[in-house]
Amino acid sequence: MTYLITQTLNGLFSAALLFLIASGLTLAFGVMRIVNIAHGSFYMLGAYVAYTVTARTQSLLAGAVAAMAGVALVGFAVERFFLRRLAAQPLAQMMMTMGFALVFRDAALMIWGGDPFTLPYPPGLAGSFAAGDVVFPLYRLFVVLVAAAVGVALWAVNEKTLLGAKLRAAVDDPEMAGGTGINVGLLSGLVFAAGAALAAFGGVMGGPILGGYPGMDFDLLPLAFVVVIIGGMGSLKGALAGSIVVGLVDNFGKALVPELSYFTLFAPMVIVLAIKPTGLYGRA
Amino acid sequence: MLNIIDLHTYYGDSHVLQGVNIQVEQGTVAAVVGRNGVGKTTLCRSIVGFTPVRAGRVVFNGDDITNLASHTIASRRISLVPQGRRIFASLTVQENLAIASQPSPSAGAWTMEKIFSVFPRLAERGRHRGDELSGGEQQMLAIARALVANPILLLMDEPTEGLAPAVVATVGRLIRRVKDEGTSILLVEQNAAFAVQVSDIAYVMSKGTIVHSSDPRALWRNEEIKTQFLGVPPPRTLRRD
Ligand SMILES: Nc1ncnc2c1ncn2[C@@H]1O[C@H](COP(=O)(O)OP(=O)(O)OP(=O)(O)O)[C@@H](O)[C@H]1O
Ligand SMILES: [Mg+2]
Repeated sequence: MTYLITQTLNGLFSAALLFLIASGLTLAFGVMRIVNIAHGSFYMLGAYVAYTVTARTQSLLAGAVAAMAGVALVGFAVERFFLRRLAAQPLAQMMMTMGFALVFRDAALMIWGGDPFTLPYPPGLAGSFAAGDVVFPLYRLFVVLVAAAVGVALWAVNEKTLLGAKLRAAVDDPEMAGGTGINVGLLSGLVFAAGAALAAFGGVMGGPILGGYPGMDFDLLPLAFVVVIIGGMGSLKGALAGSIVVGLVDNFGKALVPELSYFTLFAPMVIVLAIKPTGLYGRA
Repeated sequence: MLNIIDLHTYYGDSHVLQGVNIQVEQGTVAAVVGRNGVGKTTLCRSIVGFTPVRAGRVVFNGDDITNLASHTIASRRISLVPQGRRIFASLTVQENLAIASQPSPSAGAWTMEKIFSVFPRLAERGRHRGDELSGGEQQMLAIARALVANPILLLMDEPTEGLAPAVVATVGRLIRRVKDEGTSILLVEQNAAFAVQVSDIAYVMSKGTIVHSSDPRALWRNEEIKTQFLGVPPPRTLRRD
């Protein structure tokens, strides 16, 4: 029983990180139809930048802010100067993001070397708390709460603000959105940058536990894609549902049958796709 | 106020607009009529920047706006009521209006209040999604969405298509009202009988060029043009109200 609860809480921690990362991936797809292979790189760059800045400033907060701002800028530039030139060519765009993923991987290796690292815990969150027999690390709980807050904020922006309405209009009919005065190109750049920043934030939030290491980008990418595909490409609600499914299944799968970890990761995706090809909340 | 000068537009290799010349005078309604597939929608798309113009110019109040980004053209207060309405399906009626709104300081400007008093049905449906509206409601919303931008020039692409006669009459009254309040209108219609009733000048389009232009009443008396280019059956009297 204790084991079950602990694994569930660990699964929710994974789900929280996955949600931070997958929400940007799904937004970029929803607005621009871009399948972004470099999204895992934004996650990796977030962790690395935060590591460097935190080491210099002795402030994890400064590290987090720098990571999000820096990666947002990188994302904005990638969209503005490269992907937009290939607008409406999804395959070419995907190949370009693949290229960026490889460039970022090698650049990270050159700049930061190959040594793994972890980020420090935020002050006061290194401990754990016990409820009966269950011992749960405070930090994991913190990450779950932060991801929930991010989810609520994203939902509120999307559903309750003028900016959100413009975004949804650009998803419904980008051409007509332009015709009603919306600068769809600028909006796309901002969405891509925000998605990159969220991935970087995921890298920072995961940092104290998962740390950073060469290859973390491509370790994460399949998980994020499974989340987005299960939930439905372009849907935030889907990213939430998909994160919880993948977070839990992946955790229990690795704990119970580690030799089948890829099977337990992809099986839910195959089942969902067989029943609902657009994913749980996706649109055709 | 709008000068379209020798406009050429292509879809790939297909040469659709083959040198179109049209003028819309300030405060008037200019109608472009013509059969299926002659290029009327392409003309609207070329003006608002949806489809790139290969040659020729679109001049709006003295400025060359040819091939500007469509959001830039919209911000210069040219609004489009597109063929097929193109309401944003996942947005509510209120949101459809809010994202298009461009307030104007002039007296009698279109505000949400004014929109809802002119289109009471849209007020009732305010919180419904675009895809929950009837065809007639969607057309009203498409017109309202164009009007909240307080356009100087309103482009209307087949606003009567698929509407019941009573709703067509409403659209006709709206066109007159908007014109009387000072907005210039370019009305594109297959429904020539409707277009000649609400316009001040009529252009006849065929195969991507303007083949005739005249006073709308004179056009409606010109049996040769009507049968050749508009597919209008033999005469009955024209009712102008
Ligand atoms: N996206 C496109 N790609 C290629 N050809 C197109 C495209 N859109 C329209 N056409 C062609 O261009 C020509 C003009 O089309 P357009 O839609 O401008 O005509 P229209 O006068 O508006 O017709 P309708 O009265 O049916 O609305 C047609 O022959 C049409 O088949
Ligand atoms: Mg048309």
